[in-house]
Amino acid sequence: LTPVGVSLQSLCMTNCPTLIVTVGLPARGKTYISKKLTRYLNWIGVPTREFNVGQYRRDYMKIYKSFEFFRPDNEEGLKIRQHCASAALNDVRQYLSDEGGQVAVFDATNTTRERRMTIFQFAKQNGFKVFFVESVCEDPHVIQENIVQVKLGSPDYTNCNTEEAVSDFMKRIQCYENSYQTLDEVLDRDLSYIKIMDVGRRYLVNRVLDHIQSRIVYYLMNIHITPRSIYLCRHGESELNIKGRIGGDSGLSARGKEFAKLLSQFIAAQGISDLKVWTSQMKRTIQTAEALDVPYEQWKVLNEIDAGVCEEMMYEEIQESHPLEFALRDQDKYRYRYPKGESYEDLVQRLEPAIMELERQENVLVICHQAVMRCLLAYFLDKTAEELPYLKCPLHTVLKLTPVAYGCKVESICLSAEAVNTHRERPENVEVSRRSKEALLTVPAHQ
Amino acid sequence: MSGREARLTQNPLQKIWVPNVTSRLLRRRGSSVPQFTNSPTMIVLVGLPARGKTYISKKLTRYLNWIGVPTRGIHHACAISALRDVCSYFNRQEGQVAVFDATNTTQERREVILSFAKENGYKVFFVESICEDPQIIAENIKQVKLSSPDYVDCDKEEAVADFLKRIECYKLSYTPLDDDRDRNLSYIKIFNVGSRYLVNRVQDHIQSRIVYYLMNIHVTPRSIYLSRHGESELNLLGRIGGDSGLSPRGAGFASALCTYMRDQNISDLKVWTSHMKRTIQTAEALGVPYEQWKALNEIDAGVCEDMTYEEIQEHYPEEFALRDQDKYRYRYPKGESYEDLVQRLEPVIMELERQENVLVICHQAVMRCLLAYFLDKSASELPYLKCPLHTVLKLTPVAYGCKVESLFLNIEAVNTHRDRPENVEVDRDPEEALETVPDHI
Repeated sequence: LTPVGVSLQSLCMTNCPTLIVTVGLPARGKTYISKKLTRYLNWIGVPTREFNVGQYRRDYMKIYKSFEFFRPDNEEGLKIRQHCASAALNDVRQYLSDEGGQVAVFDATNTTRERRMTIFQFAKQNGFKVFFVESVCEDPHVIQENIVQVKLGSPDYTNCNTEEAVSDFMKRIQCYENSYQTLDEVLDRDLSYIKIMDVGRRYLVNRVLDHIQSRIVYYLMNIHITPRSIYLCRHGESELNIKGRIGGDSGLSARGKEFAKLLSQFIAAQGISDLKVWTSQMKRTIQTAEALDVPYEQWKVLNEIDAGVCEEMMYEEIQESHPLEFALRDQDKYRYRYPKGESYEDLVQRLEPAIMELERQENVLVICHQAVMRCLLAYFLDKTAEELPYLKCPLHTVLKLTPVAYGCKVESICLSAEAVNTHRERPENVEVSRRSKEALLTVPAHQ
Repeated sequence: MSGREARLTQNPLQKIWVPNVTSRLLRRRGSSVPQFTNSPTMIVLVGLPARGKTYISKKLTRYLNWIGVPTRGIHHACAISALRDVCSYFNRQEGQVAVFDATNTTQERREVILSFAKENGYKVFFVESICEDPQIIAENIKQVKLSSPDYVDCDKEEAVADFLKRIECYKLSYTPLDDDRDRNLSYIKIFNVGSRYLVNRVQDHIQSRIVYYLMNIHVTPRSIYLSRHGESELNLLGRIGGDSGLSPRGAGFASALCTYMRDQNISDLKVWTSHMKRTIQTAEALGVPYEQWKALNEIDAGVCEDMTYEEIQEHYPEEFALRDQDKYRYRYPKGESYEDLVQRLEPVIMELERQENVLVICHQAVMRCLLAYFLDKSASELPYLKCPLHTVLKLTPVAYGCKVESLFLNIEAVNTHRDRPENVEVDRDPEEALETVPDHI
């Protein structure tokens, strides 16, 4: 029988674990895709891990000399690369079969049909489904940019100047070119795969087998690499914030209104063309957006976490009327669901369409709420479920996220120091038997 | 930048905060769903006869309308009439998407459409269906062509042969979308009923959603069973919402449901419930694995949770009237609207499309939303669809629609359906408001 309370995610997507296999010449974005996909799947609750064969090679070899290592006639090199791939597959097996992993992303060039067959057999033997993700690109500008962004800084090239590094890397690519067998419509018609062409201009999708593959395809078809920034901030300080009460739908305090003006000036100064502004459907975010005097979209999914029976209470009141609930929340803040309310876990499910649309968009300012902002931030910064509910998202502070290389640069801009603190740390004692004082130790000051 | 102070009012029906002042920024009236579109979009079907174009058009139109994107199918043999209809739909009737269902098999024809769209500032997205499997084509012809007036007095085999000849005529001038020549167009090519897709230049949100939807639908025969939980304790008391358990009769229904489903003898049936006690208790009686979806929870009645209609009339007479005025868009204070519910249920619909045989044990408002999707009901009809307790609806896709079989499992239950009363004005008498409230304890 199905255990009660298990979310759909983990059931719909399981029977067999899935092995995602990247395919493509060097500098085609395989690692970028692997890392991003892994981050997304983990965020929506599907335990995923990437296995970068290049990293195994670096760990094994310690020192990288030159592209010669990758020459097709370098027997010694081939042996070592084979060994590294096997070691990675072994770890894949352990992760998926023994450690509860649901998806493994095997990140390597995998440019020959023979190699892909080997991996396919391996997966079959172990009861894993296989989904190939191929990236094909011949645009020299894209490849150049790729090399500049992520190869030059690689450990392989620490002691090279730019010219040397680029030249060596181009020769490295050449080593693969002659034997490259792209996924073929006819020869590979029974495989499940997506072929991404020219950084997303065109896709070929073949034999999507199940829910998780369908979600992966949808995600890959929505991401892009156009430079842009995402601005996250909370509404200005609200009347209920000042009183130390959670939830509700109050308006901005005087200081909150002040923040809205400062936000408006800040955004204007950023000089962004075509900025999209999103708010929730709660008064305080909309009031904040109104001060910007630009069009904005209201989105119910961005509403603050529903605290159910605890809506509009102070922490002191929650401790008094629901001490058990209060302790349970401290024990597992991510999974804890307020009675007649939501959990952070629920919030992530609710926010998934917002993340998908953020991936599609370019410059966006999201004016939201503390718990919502924590969830969005956790997605961009690859934070775990344990860390997420304790991320610091203070009032009146804008986080500017700019994708760079394989991750995200974060700039924190505090627009005004004047606001109440709403961040409650996990107290030391989370036991149900604890005293009120211990429970309320970390409650921030309020009126 | 102005330091304009935001004076907001919450519109009474949808509880959406809108600025009081008339803004120079043209804004659409508050909607519960962000509109990620600017230009209207034309979806243009391409393909030989019997390739599923009409099936795709109708399904896509139904889906888009259900999620709140005003969409219409355009059917005219004459391109000029069709395009005139499109113009009228976009300019005068606030349409967002027009689905042009025709063969559109020549490049020339497609050029006409593209020029027209360009002139008018519409986006174009092509959906081409390519299939060379003779079995699929024959099945297609039998399912949807033979019933056409063209073949009313024909022998089946003759009709099929005749139709195949018709297709041959089109083949002579058929130019599929070309990877090279048409590389700047936005399109999806569907091969062999979905085993392969080629997607080119998706421009925006709506095209991305359309691609996702088309990649999730299938034509494998199957049935979807919709049912509510068994009668609950709160149902008996005439109270809405809450999280109560089954009444004795409700438990009886759960057993009956178990028997019924067993008799249906379905291989590999998936069973879904909400996170609420009453649906889970119902599923438990089936003795098979089931999955819980929070998205299937009943509509949140906010401050009216656990109330009877009489109590709502007493404490919130204005809310009660507003609800009767526009039951689809009305949002309970601190609760949800049917419009919100549809958004919440979209992933459920998407997964139902992917799946095969599924039994969904849910709630009255939820079931109305799901049913409206399958039976193409409008937003005004949806909140009044009849979904009585202890009645299973078996939906089987057939031709371009859905066959519905309704089975009452013969266990008495309270009626929870409240029809729209005659007087929906805020100043009406309580008796007028409560006229249509069904009996309860």
